[in-house]
Amino acid sequence: MKNFFVTGDPMIYASDVLIVLVLVGIIFTLTYFKKWGWLWREWLTTVDHKKIAIMYLICAILMLFRGGVDAELMRTQLAVPNNHLLSAEHYDQIFTTHGTIMILFMAMPILFAMFNAAVPLQIGARDVAFPYLNAVSFWLFFFGALLFNISFVIGGSPDAGWTSYPPLTELQFDPGPGENYYLLAVQISGFGSIATGINFMATILKMRAPGMTLMKMPLFCWSVLASCIVILFAFPALTGALLLLTLDRVVGTHFFTMLAGGNPMQFINLFWIWGHPEVYIVVLPAFGIYSEVVSTFSSKRVFGYKSMVFSLMAIAVVGYLTWVHHFFTMGAGADVNAFFAISTMCVGIPTGVKVFNWLLTMFRGRIRLNLPMLWTLGFIPNFALAGATGVMLAAAPGDYQYHNSYFLVAHFHQALIGGVVYGMLAGMYYWWPKLFGFVLDERLGKWAFWFFNIGFYVCFMPQYELGFMGMTRRMYTYPANMGWTTLNFISTIGAYLMGIGFLFIGAQIVYSIFRGQRDLTGDPWNGRTLEWSLPSPPPAYNFAQIPHVQERDEWWRIKQAGLADAYRKVNLNELEPIHMPKNSGIPFLMGVSFFVGGFGLVFGWTVVAIIGFAGVFLCLLARSLQEKTDYHIPVSEVQQTEISLGRA
Amino acid sequence: MNVRVRRAGVLLSGLLASLLLATGCGRNIVLHPAGPVGRSEAHLIYLSIILVLIVVVPVIVLMMFIVMRYRDKPGNKAAYKPEWSENRALEVIWWAIPIVIIGILGAATAKETYSLTKPPEQNTTPYTVEVTSLNWKWLFQYPDKNIATVNYCVIPTGRPIQFVLTANAPMNSFWVPELGGQEYTMPGMAMRLWLQADKPGTYYGHGANFTGEGFANMQFDVIAKSQSDFEAWENQVKQTAPPLTETGYKNLTNPSVVSKASYSSYPANSFMDTVMENGGKYMSQTMSTMQSLGDDAGMK
Repeated sequence: MKNFFVTGDPMIYASDVLIVLVLVGIIFTLTYFKKWGWLWREWLTTVDHKKIAIMYLICAILMLFRGGVDAELMRTQLAVPNNHLLSAEHYDQIFTTHGTIMILFMAMPILFAMFNAAVPLQIGARDVAFPYLNAVSFWLFFFGALLFNISFVIGGSPDAGWTSYPPLTELQFDPGPGENYYLLAVQISGFGSIATGINFMATILKMRAPGMTLMKMPLFCWSVLASCIVILFAFPALTGALLLLTLDRVVGTHFFTMLAGGNPMQFINLFWIWGHPEVYIVVLPAFGIYSEVVSTFSSKRVFGYKSMVFSLMAIAVVGYLTWVHHFFTMGAGADVNAFFAISTMCVGIPTGVKVFNWLLTMFRGRIRLNLPMLWTLGFIPNFALAGATGVMLAAAPGDYQYHNSYFLVAHFHQALIGGVVYGMLAGMYYWWPKLFGFVLDERLGKWAFWFFNIGFYVCFMPQYELGFMGMTRRMYTYPANMGWTTLNFISTIGAYLMGIGFLFIGAQIVYSIFRGQRDLTGDPWNGRTLEWSLPSPPPAYNFAQIPHVQERDEWWRIKQAGLADAYRKVNLNELEPIHMPKNSGIPFLMGVSFFVGGFGLVFGWTVVAIIGFAGVFLCLLARSLQEKTDYHIPVSEVQQTEISLGRA
Repeated sequence: MNVRVRRAGVLLSGLLASLLLATGCGRNIVLHPAGPVGRSEAHLIYLSIILVLIVVVPVIVLMMFIVMRYRDKPGNKAAYKPEWSENRALEVIWWAIPIVIIGILGAATAKETYSLTKPPEQNTTPYTVEVTSLNWKWLFQYPDKNIATVNYCVIPTGRPIQFVLTANAPMNSFWVPELGGQEYTMPGMAMRLWLQADKPGTYYGHGANFTGEGFANMQFDVIAKSQSDFEAWENQVKQTAPPLTETGYKNLTNPSVVSKASYSSYPANSFMDTVMENGGKYMSQTMSTMQSLGDDAGMK
């Protein structure tokens, strides 16, 4: 095939070289240190939620890097007018991969990292409801992301925006394999997301420790439940839309074509039935994290718990009924626009209540400014502004002016970075010691925070004004006479500052692996919920004995009653064998099969596609025929583990 | 270290602010519109800004106050009530505040949304321009005079202009920020956007929805002229410009970037035919939409 490898761009060649070097490096290291067996046994086949959380987190940070490099390239291109550093084609590819990666391959996995890291520990469970399915979800995400990421060296990246509107994305206008990559990669990882939604919903509803009624559940778990409900209702719409567009491109149907009776508008409708709730899928758990962090670092009960629960659920329900505001300008009548304008504004009501409740949680507390709290405090003004501009955008006639302008770009970056990324970073710093057994360095973390936070405002505040000046998104360059130059240049400086902030996070992680303060108590933040009663990291089975919960802030109650030390000790004679799921290589192999099948479809190689999907079927069959999928950890082993953890 | 970083931050923001002021930069055309449609949209934008500030400002001030007052440091005399977590009255207040704000903004929004579907002035006869977005250029057709222009559009001042929009390419969006908000151009559909210019001038227009490689070039000018100048321009184009032939139209539909052009005529029914060809015939409402567009604008 002539165009199999992307050629002609020095940046791509440099990436080729880097990819080969990194691969060689990884293979060499694993072989030299004889770690292949370890990799397979401990990671590729694991069904342990804590390890899956770590794998999600690593992937998300790598994808944040990739998407961040895309962003820096875009901002560099736009720093000055009439710039030809990037060609139009290259720029189009970069904004497409930036958006897709940040939403689907960065935000979703870091979200799932938090689900996996915290939910089972917070509700006193030994794993999720379906651990094997959890591994399947991860590997579908992983190979979906891999499929998407190889596009820029093999075959060419998609270039029609992360929203992928037909008819631009139909074969007639976009013949290359790039768009196929988008469709199949997002589809494959989307299956994983739906499964994760089901999994955590079941986990939260059925696996809570005795005594933990729903209204005694930590707010993070409530937020995950709300998010999972939205996943379940929203993601199938995306699955359907992507499938129909794939059929258009691969089989030649006419669902969304301009000619032969297709209706491109319907894709946009379906896409946003998923796309808008997706915002709430990622931001609700961030709200949950803020609630945990604010309460912990103020050493105070969360204010207005019932209001908080109610507002989470209200946002989930109302947020599902707002998707049309993404196309107010596509000719819907005044009735439709007025309805969706007001429904969108209504989301602001419970969100505003949450902000006030966080403030009142800090009020009369004792605030410690550790990294999770710092990011939470950074979030509040950010989200106040993002919410405000969101309400402004909801006013449909205003939206006729904001739509697709830089005002919109600034708004959704403020909501998604200020809301979601800040939240996920707060969560990462908060639960990092629980996952890894050491705390991330505060000093480097503060540098990271201030660079990133200041950089954010420098980058995105000018973009609101650029919108008012009439600059539309997705222009690869702009003329010098529009008066947009200064603000664009400032915005680019901000993007670089954010980039430096990210590098500090990287440096912080590397430094802390070697020098980070070890967490020996399991409770580095003076926490309130059950996960902090466990050692860091917890043993594979989490709880040697399932706790009986009495209160909402159970661990806080135990500490206040002076029972913490006693609570940490296990009575070795009372232990029972622990029922656990077995590791399995099938989820990994299934991911590989999906990858092969997807790759075949991208290039229209039927034989490869059939081989891949036959592999998927064989994996399903193999699992169905498996008899023993679980085992019991004998009491002696549990005793030994607990003794070695100093808990006997 | 913390203090140093904060100082650097303050310094940096100060620097940027002065840079902004010093260079002047471009015009905020959305908030300084040149026509009644853009003006009523700007009014709603101002109203929404005021309403949201009622929440944003107190939130930020309150946060700074609370963080300073309740820091966990030795000797802090502020109250500490670790179990205090309910207050019905306070919660009722901040459920009520956003509800009232949304109520006001929602009502204003609904009213404005309906009024924008009507011509901005009821007493003046509207003028109709048919707009087709192509890859990567704009075609304007003037059914009254059967003339056409590419990448620029001339309109009379003080008169509601009914833009009837479609696409013969992936969907774009027709946006002239100084005159008012945008509307999509979609293949197989004909949609309407009312705009009006107060005074003569050249207004910046650009496609607002991405349509591929040439998208950054989809700029056009809207030139407003007084009624008499406008008529003179119409006649001049009618007499001096070349006709747009069937072949010429076909060439325009091929992906390319072209400069401004004028045509003294265009193939009959080419706008309607484009709509029908691109899927209009499958959409039951298209015919009736076209009919009502024609009736409202006094078209034949």
